[in-house]
Amino acid sequence: MADLLPEHPDFLWHNPDPQKSYDAVIVGGGGHGLATAYFLAKNHGMTNIAVLEKGWLAGGNMARNTTIIRSNYLWDESAAIYEHALKLWEILPEELEYDFLFSQRGVMNLAHTLGDVRESMRRVGANKLNGVDAEWLDPQQVKELCPILNISDNIRYPVMGATYQPRAGIAKHDHVAWAFARKCDELGVDIIQNCEVTGFLKDGNRVVGVKTNRGTISTEKVGLCAAGHSSVLAEMAGFRLPIQSHPLQALVSELHEPVHPTVVMSNHVHVYVSQAHKGELVMGAGVDSYNGYGQRGSFHVIEHQMAAAVELFPIFARAHVLRTWGGIVDTTLDASPIIGTTPVDNMFVNCGWGTGGFKGTPAAGLTFAHTIATGTPHDLNKPFALERFETGALIDEHGAAAVAH
Amino acid sequence: MLLISCPNCGSRDETEFHYGGQAHVPYPEDPAALDDRQWAEFLFYRDNTKGAFAERWLHSTGCRQWFNLLRDTVTYEIQAVYPMGAARPDRAAAAPESGTASTAPDSTTTGTAAPDISGTSTAPATSAGTTAPEGASK
Repeated sequence: MADLLPEHPDFLWHNPDPQKSYDAVIVGGGGHGLATAYFLAKNHGMTNIAVLEKGWLAGGNMARNTTIIRSNYLWDESAAIYEHALKLWEILPEELEYDFLFSQRGVMNLAHTLGDVRESMRRVGANKLNGVDAEWLDPQQVKELCPILNISDNIRYPVMGATYQPRAGIAKHDHVAWAFARKCDELGVDIIQNCEVTGFLKDGNRVVGVKTNRGTISTEKVGLCAAGHSSVLAEMAGFRLPIQSHPLQALVSELHEPVHPTVVMSNHVHVYVSQAHKGELVMGAGVDSYNGYGQRGSFHVIEHQMAAAVELFPIFARAHVLRTWGGIVDTTLDASPIIGTTPVDNMFVNCGWGTGGFKGTPAAGLTFAHTIATGTPHDLNKPFALERFETGALIDEHGAAAVAH
Repeated sequence: MLLISCPNCGSRDETEFHYGGQAHVPYPEDPAALDDRQWAEFLFYRDNTKGAFAERWLHSTGCRQWFNLLRDTVTYEIQAVYPMGAARPDRAAAAPESGTASTAPDSTTTGTAAPDISGTSTAPATSAGTTAPEGASK
């Protein structure tokens, strides 16, 4: 008892006070905001920049997601950006000098109806054409890869097969944020926590500053990375976004021996399950139907996803829910993100990632940094401009993206 | 789980209802006259209010009628239940909403006002169809 506590490990970033002026300000210190700042500094030499976070670093959706990483999207535009993200995930642990436990254990998307089967096979074909690894598994192959899955035909929606992406997987989400934050700090980026944006200063139609609860900061450029609160910031800046914020819930069980070797997602009975490195079963499903900023949802949504999980994995019947929580996701009507310019000059927005933003973190950062630094979009995010809602060039990933958003 | 007071059936679990998104978004009076921007506003842009939000719900496993709620999107507290076509209760007390004098009913009504059978509405419904569209067709 008399032993001294171990030394506190070195802090990974400083907590500077905001300066009076920056070349660029990123609003939102989650994964996307940190990744954007990292690529601004690394690829574009912009180091006199700040990330403003109203709470603590990576305490929003970055702390609340189910950490699934995959790129098996249907449409060319989505496959390109998500596959680029996956390729970045593969090199980032080395580049950031931080092992954030990226585990390419594969992701399986189950098919339970003839419609599912046809859609899945079509998506496998589309993925292959886009250079995304994908294969179709019959029920027996599903069972071989994930022995705890129930493939019998005496359940309401028997497993009729699955798509499988071997390079997909999970990562330790908080370590990802810390890895980016440490590198940002080393490169000279100011990470400013407990700094809430309360308004914007404009000169005509050009943004020239940010009002915060810690004073006014003048800046050349502003990048919004605020996920569920994007609409609130846009309103302060004087424009609208086609975003609806919904609660999205997830849960974990107590720790178990490793039983689940991959990631299983089912669009039809609607649950997705993996087992974290520590041993918790991690589950999520769909959003609550109503608009909400409350970071919590209704219990029947949890009940529904657990019913689906127990039918697919009978072995889970005696596991216990340890914790449930909710985040606020920013959904668009075509289930694709918005990354680009805004009606306000020198203000840029990265939002609308909805339920799938974690996997996109590196590509969001890369393309958004490019957009902010050069004022024009990167080839990868050009199709994801806000203007698509006017031109009609939507990227409709509802269902097509292998999970209902 | 929200406990929602249906104007026709009384308090029921949220699972009996379907969500209909923002209320008071009328179909454009002259769709052909809209430019791409205005059409995008009608199709894809809805308010995403943090705070008191007027929204539509359908009692799909009960009376199968649409009605409106005024609900706080942070606390989820339901502040008022009122019929389709009626003005927002928290704004009805003030002068009539500025802007258009649209005669278009809400897009989900049939053009006639639902009778104000709700005892829970905090303000009586005025005549239907005089509600200015909110946030739409700007």
